[in-house]
Amino acid sequence: MIRLQLEDFDVGAELERLTASNHRIGGIASFIGLVRDMGGSDPVSALTLEHYPGMTERKLAEIEAETHRRWPLDAALVIHRYGRLEPGDRIVLVATASPHREAALAACNFLIDWLKTEAPFWKSEETPTGERWVAARAEDKAARERWTSPFQGTR
Amino acid sequence: MKLLYFAWLRARVGCAEEEVALPAQVQDVAGLLDWLRVRSDRHAEALRNLGLVRVAVNQDYVGLAHPVREGDEVALFPPVTGG
Repeated sequence: MIRLQLEDFDVGAELERLTASNHRIGGIASFIGLVRDMGGSDPVSALTLEHYPGMTERKLAEIEAETHRRWPLDAALVIHRYGRLEPGDRIVLVATASPHREAALAACNFLIDWLKTEAPFWKSEETPTGERWVAARAEDKAARERWTSPFQGTR
Repeated sequence: MKLLYFAWLRARVGCAEEEVALPAQVQDVAGLLDWLRVRSDRHAEALRNLGLVRVAVNQDYVGLAHPVREGDEVALFPPVTGG
């Protein structure tokens, strides 16, 4: 399931809902991304997440479908926020559930790596020296490349 | 054709979207970018380093050789930084 929203989310309630009444599930893996108070060398007082309405939903759905294709999951959830957020605020929740932990952990890792390089979101930070657009990191691209082969999954 | 700009590309071009009539010689993404760069100084500045420009046609990532035609939605933006 994919959700794009301005408002915060309740991690406990979301994970509860993800597994409700499915007792095949033996484990949930999750990743929660938070706003940091440091960017490069400047303190960050807030950041604004912009996205491309339409394409964002489409890309997130594609990434979710690819994850289900690669791993035997019972459920997957991606919630991504947009708008203005402050240090400590939650940005994203990725959660995957499966009968065994290996699939859940790998799929969760894959989902966040792909999301970071494929989904059209951009961050701009508020710093004492003004607004600054966050640059893409080479590490994120490398993390995504690990999963390039369509056979990297447990199916 | 509808052109959309995001993040610092929007700021540099000076608008979030514009409707353009495509000249007949513009057939693909590379041709579109060349044509946009001579449209104004702002476009030229925003599109100076194509290594920092990603292109989506009708909401799918494409390369420079991808065809473009009247009626397409073309988005130009920097590498993404979500998550």
